[in-house]
Amino acid sequence: MISIYLHKMIRNKLCLLGAILILFLTLIAMLAPWIAPAHYADQNLIERLSPPSVRHWLGTDDLGRDVLSRMLWGTRVSLVVAFVAVGISTLFGTIVGLISGYFGRWVDSVLMRFVDILLCFPIFFLILMVIAFLEPNIVNVMIVIGITSWTGLARLVRGETLSLRERDFILAARALGAGNARVLFVHLLPNVAAPIVVSATLGVGGAILTESALSFLGLGVQPPDPSWGNMLAAGKDYIYFAWWLSVFPGLAILTTVMAFNLLGEGLRDALDPRS
Amino acid sequence: MIHYLIKRLLMMLPLLLGITLITFFIMQLAPGKPTDLVTDLNPKMSSEARDRLVQLYGLDQPWHIRYVQWLKRVMLLDFGDSFRDGRPVMKKISERLPATLLLNILSLILIFTIALAIGIFSAVKKDSLFDKISTFFVYVGFSVPTFWVALLLMIGLGLKGGFLPISGLRSINYGNFSAWEKIWDIAKHLVLPVSVMALTGLAALARYSRSAMLEVIRQDYVRTARAKGLCERDVILKHAFRNALLPIVTLLGLMLPELIGGSFIFETIFAYPGMGRLGYDAIMARDYPVLMGIGTIVALLTLLGNLLADVLYALCDPRIRYQ
Repeated sequence: MISIYLHKMIRNKLCLLGAILILFLTLIAMLAPWIAPAHYADQNLIERLSPPSVRHWLGTDDLGRDVLSRMLWGTRVSLVVAFVAVGISTLFGTIVGLISGYFGRWVDSVLMRFVDILLCFPIFFLILMVIAFLEPNIVNVMIVIGITSWTGLARLVRGETLSLRERDFILAARALGAGNARVLFVHLLPNVAAPIVVSATLGVGGAILTESALSFLGLGVQPPDPSWGNMLAAGKDYIYFAWWLSVFPGLAILTTVMAFNLLGEGLRDALDPRS
Repeated sequence: MIHYLIKRLLMMLPLLLGITLITFFIMQLAPGKPTDLVTDLNPKMSSEARDRLVQLYGLDQPWHIRYVQWLKRVMLLDFGDSFRDGRPVMKKISERLPATLLLNILSLILIFTIALAIGIFSAVKKDSLFDKISTFFVYVGFSVPTFWVALLLMIGLGLKGGFLPISGLRSINYGNFSAWEKIWDIAKHLVLPVSVMALTGLAALARYSRSAMLEVIRQDYVRTARAKGLCERDVILKHAFRNALLPIVTLLGLMLPELIGGSFIFETIFAYPGMGRLGYDAIMARDYPVLMGIGTIVALLTLLGNLLADVLYALCDPRIRYQ
């Protein structure tokens, strides 16, 4: 079964490209301390704002820190934040969707009205507010992005569950004496796994964009910890004469988000029974 | 239709109530009091004076009581006074709202005209060079951090090229301009913020309309339209597009919160005198009354936008008739 999906995905070249890029980025994130030419916080004020050269491939910033090293460490921060945030939102969305779709009636009404409220709220305003009121740091950013971005998935899973719960295999499971928890997590969950995997993959791209926007506004990852977003924020003051500070971290965000989108869409096509 | 509209407007009330309740609750999460900014930094502040200040703003009451009090005042369209400068919140927002509406409406128009054109054209000429190039750009538009694009454009077109102003809505010497020059001046200031704000929505809609069109073009009634000898233009625009429009209109409702959320980033980047900037500043200064006001207005705008999408839905599809 899985080999069929894998085969389909490998045939889709763009999806394969996305997967390879993600693998590469994950390796960078894990190996950052060993492959980075310098530590992300090492300052060298004599060489501040020097353009890309053989010594500093991507130049140095206003404190003489090596941009390449900071970007490699930043990969770590961006990926971890995105993965944890998506983990939280996937967990929330899946559970709310399953419960809402399976139990129906007032449980469904209450949960879905709550989802409606969150869906017509500009989420970015909410995130900004919560982060500013708590304290902007990595942990808060992960949690807040996670608990504000599960609504779409909840609706998706609810819809799937609604149609699945009327099917014979669920009836059979219940007839054999399976309790609610068993039906939900052993029988229903595997059958809604495909859309969850797709939505989680696409969600990682979204979470990276949100984190970088927050860090750019100074409400995300705080310096001296490097994140692509706060590197862009620091670089914008020097953008007129130090273009490398603004160009490279932006490209890193673009490439990473694109890789996750390519993989997500490839997964969607591969897992779609109609294709 | 009238009945439907009234029903929908009434249904908005509980949603609005829920949104304001959540916003109010979030503000209680913040440690400390907004008055701390004034009191803690002032060594001459006695504890009595501090208590008086807390009492003045009603901060000694539990939050649910304050919420009910707030709600009562809002019924009379009074959002209270800003903590920061003591001016009425309604006044502060109404000064900034038109600029934000202008920005958002122009972005929406830009999104819909360009994205639909791209979508239709690349669906009709599937796998052509245009289709491939536009698909690539749509992909980039989808994945690119828009605030970064804003930065690059500010440098490229504003600072280095000097073609466009990069911040604000008016030039310094705006007062001396004639009417036409004033319009031209504002238009120039709007080019960058509007196009940057439209970027993500444009990419999303272009993709969506392309796949909606591809779906429709395969249908039998399109073949029938061709078979009875209609010209290609009529087949595409009157028969195919009209049907592809339905899923597209649904997207409008989902795009609004995203677009308005974007105002908070882009108005800050472009120093644009709108509500998003006001909101960002209010967040930074913990100006609760202003934040509550903005949260309510923004939610109201989104709900009205959703309603508009549903009405448009009925206009596009004669099969749908709201009871």
